[in-house]
Amino acid sequence: MSLSPDSIIFWQYGIFKLNATIVTTWILMLTLIISSKLISKKLSKNLERSGWQNLLEIIITMIEKQIEGVGLAEPHKYISFLGTLFLFIGLSSLCIIIPGYEPPTGSLSTTVALSLCVFVAVPYFGIKERGLGNYLSSYIQPTAIMLPFNIISEASRTLALSVRLFGNMMSGTMIVGILLTITPFLFPVVMTLMGLLTGMVQAYIFSILAGVYIAAAIRVKNKQTQKT
Amino acid sequence: MDSATVIALASICIAGISTSLGAIGPAIAEGRAVASALNSLAQQPDASSTITRTLFVGLAMIESTAIYCLVVSMILIFANPFWNHFIQVSTGK
Repeated sequence: MSLSPDSIIFWQYGIFKLNATIVTTWILMLTLIISSKLISKKLSKNLERSGWQNLLEIIITMIEKQIEGVGLAEPHKYISFLGTLFLFIGLSSLCIIIPGYEPPTGSLSTTVALSLCVFVAVPYFGIKERGLGNYLSSYIQPTAIMLPFNIISEASRTLALSVRLFGNMMSGTMIVGILLTITPFLFPVVMTLMGLLTGMVQAYIFSILAGVYIAAAIRVKNKQTQKT
Repeated sequence: MDSATVIALASICIAGISTSLGAIGPAIAEGRAVASALNSLAQQPDASSTITRTLFVGLAMIESTAIYCLVVSMILIFANPFWNHFIQVSTGK
């Protein structure tokens, strides 16, 4: 039994491997990109609009509302990053209903890549919003003694973010695999339903946590401006 | 007992123990979190969206400790590095 889709290898040349994780990731990416291109090609401002445009608008407004609720006042700045995270993780866990599909988020390499994106994006948005010196000074708040702890927390939350997503998705497929050997027919279906729910919740949580981290990197400035 | 049996025994026992002990703490914590969230929902139904969102994020944070234990036991059972190393050594000879 394999722990992750990494072990399914389609093609290999030397050290370069083309495994199921990469292939499904690219298929999902292409699906997202092509479908959003096709939908946004013929957007209408009139009252008559296609069902697909309605769907896209519902998704976008929902994500914007959630980002705003986290504490980021201008959601359109961050929706390209946080929305992409949510849509990718959500779609990859939603596709469990396709037989023979293994979610790419069930591989540690994918989740580490995603959380490294968050790890880079937090200082990026922080510096962009507050300037380099102002952002770096947040590491020595409230005192300079807190500097190592702040750095440790930055690294550990990246680790936690990746392992949480990996553990949830991996355990979902794993439990279905184990139950298939014990109770073959009905129970795995129920657990797959459960996996759909946890997958969407994890997608939501991953992007919300990324939003919270970005908001925390930006927020201190607002407090200072309120004081002065 | 030869070393393969020892490795298998230790891995299986520790896998069970780590998941069962690791589930206790998060279970208590999640129960407390949900209970207090329900309390505050009953007191302030207007703030339900904020409470629910914070509850979900908090539950995910709490749950991740249980997930760590699950990952450790899964690795011990299905992708045990010591076991794989032992198999490699014994077949290599």
